[in-house]
Amino acid sequence: MDDHGVSSVITLDGLQCLLDALARRGYQVVGPRVRDQAIVYDELARVEDLPVGWTDEQDGGHYRLKQRGDHALFGYAVGPHSWKRFLHPPRVGLWQATVVNEDRLHFEPVRDDAPRYAFVGVRACELAAIAIQDRVLMDDNHADPHYRSRREQAFLVALNCSEAGGTCFCDSMNTGPDVKTGYDLVLTELLEEESHGFLIQAGSDEGADILSELPGTPATGAHHRAAREVVERTRSNMGRSMPQTAIPALLMDNLEHPRWDDVAERCLSCANCTMVCPTCFCTTVEDTSDLEGVTAESSRRWDSCFNADFSYIHGGSVRNSTRSRYRQWMTHKLATWVDQFGTSGCVGCGRCITWCPVGIDITEEVRAIQGDSSQGEQT
Amino acid sequence: MPATDHKPRLGVWKFASCDGCQLSLLDCEDELLRVADAVEIAYFPEATRSHIRGTYDLSLVEGSITTAHDAERIQEVRRRSRTLVTIGACATAGGIQALRNFADIDDFLTAVYAHPEYIETLSTSTPISDHVAVDFELRGCPISKTQLLEVVSAFLRGRRPVTPAHSVCLDCKLKGNVCVTVAHGTPCLGPVTHSGCDALCPSYNRGCYGCYGPKENPNAAALSERLDQLGMNPSERLRFYRTFNAWADPFREESERHES
Ligand code: SF4
Ligand code: SF4
Ligand code: SF4
Ligand code: SF4
Repeated sequence: MDDHGVSSVITLDGLQCLLDALARRGYQVVGPRVRDQAIVYDELARVEDLPVGWTDEQDGGHYRLKQRGDHALFGYAVGPHSWKRFLHPPRVGLWQATVVNEDRLHFEPVRDDAPRYAFVGVRACELAAIAIQDRVLMDDNHADPHYRSRREQAFLVALNCSEAGGTCFCDSMNTGPDVKTGYDLVLTELLEEESHGFLIQAGSDEGADILSELPGTPATGAHHRAAREVVERTRSNMGRSMPQTAIPALLMDNLEHPRWDDVAERCLSCANCTMVCPTCFCTTVEDTSDLEGVTAESSRRWDSCFNADFSYIHGGSVRNSTRSRYRQWMTHKLATWVDQFGTSGCVGCGRCITWCPVGIDITEEVRAIQGDSSQGEQT
Repeated sequence: MPATDHKPRLGVWKFASCDGCQLSLLDCEDELLRVADAVEIAYFPEATRSHIRGTYDLSLVEGSITTAHDAERIQEVRRRSRTLVTIGACATAGGIQALRNFADIDDFLTAVYAHPEYIETLSTSTPISDHVAVDFELRGCPISKTQLLEVVSAFLRGRRPVTPAHSVCLDCKLKGNVCVTVAHGTPCLGPVTHSGCDALCPSYNRGCYGCYGPKENPNAAALSERLDQLGMNPSERLRFYRTFNAWADPFREESERHES
């Protein structure tokens, strides 16, 4: 954890002061909340809005909320939402064109008033995912203005994970569970019999500024040790692991492996995995015109390599079979992403496993291609 | 649609159906006057009494073919229509009335009618595309009025309508819904169902009923395994696939696999 010189210990009141301080600075505060029997990301005003005392049980195609038996505020793993839905929204209006004087077209960009977000409870894998999307969508030469305006203004309150989910494998992707970089503030929940507080550290000047406004006590060596124990315990509880091998070469050398047919039998090509994946960035553009033929609109929405239209070119779709679509998804995430952007496209958050309606497990698929399917079942 | 010096003529035709899809057009309230402005509504028994003969630039066809008379009438509609668009599950897949296709029509007739001998009907309910060439199919039971306006707007400009064939799941995720199958254990047809309803049922914590029929490239067999794990027995699974789009091939084949 790169300490910005400041660290302290705050209580639940201190956490409320943090939420208030962010709101006072004009941030729209977003964090985990319980809705429809899951923990989603939504606007947050009070500490009590957090999923107090809740945890989740996660497995392939399976998610259930459970009571914890304590009052932990962050005692669960990531849910169906990721910060992608705020930084790279599912739908964005692009432009409008209007016919003026018979045949002249007037083009007008759709105004994009990007909110200033403060995200509370950003986990290590999610920081890694944001860093990946930064590389894809904020590259100097090809920045996406919608992403950039949201991203540059965002304030990130990170969180060292105190609970690994049944489908988490950040440890084997080297992205977590400890937060290392890329945050404004980072919290570690310290929950003991007689005390409940947070170790809080700053990672940016603005973070340090806000931290100095919070009521707290200076952190001691014992607090730092306790925080390290929290993440080490989490590390030893990962529900899944990615095989430690040269995965890009493994996949690219096995493009005709029979396992692709096998997974195609099970896969619904429903696109859920790409939607929940915090790094998948693909979009399509939809153009419509009105009844009068006077106004045309162009907008962008999330798309997926599991759809036929995604690979549609003159003459038809390139990837018609589920086999070719699943292979595109997995080889892009784990192999060609490295060539394109210099890192894996997977951060080990486990969302694609949990939220796949039929529980297809990317780590198990790799293991099967590696010829080591005996270790596929891990809990 | 090619430029003409008159307003494009719109025909709305009814075959075996409940009228719900035609009503979607009347339901367009705010946009209805704009529709009436953009096209000459030349035949629309649900909305007007005028029967105008001649040809139609755009025909919207609702309903399935269930009688010999209708099988002939659709040929006439096709001859008179420059562009023919079918609207709704009846027209695109045979509708709920296609349940007859799985049974003996005479059994139904004797069970339902006091004098079955007066009833003249075919033994099947079939989609319009089984009878004539169809330029575009708009799915849904009922169709979405937003999509209907999009289709009419598109055909008036000669462009492709934006009615994507992906899963209901994708729309569910765009909306930020929590998946009812994964988080609640509720059976849902969303993964095999065509987009169009904006994930209406999952948005209210219900499983998808498949009103928009099969999506492109559906894998109903794999979904059925999941439905089995969720506790649906074979006859429940059969009924799950056998509703408004029962006769659409992927749903029909899957329901037949669960016949005992
Ligand atoms: S591929 Fe799966 S585990 Fe990896 S980042 Fe995406 S959703 Fe998470
Ligand atoms: S895996 Fe598919 S949806 Fe995701 S970024 Fe790659 S091509 Fe796009
Ligand atoms: S892997 Fe799972 S979530 Fe992804 S498309 Fe296939 S069935 Fe859907
Ligand atoms: S609720 Fe149904 S439609 Fe929505 S993601 Fe889940 S399976 Fe798909």
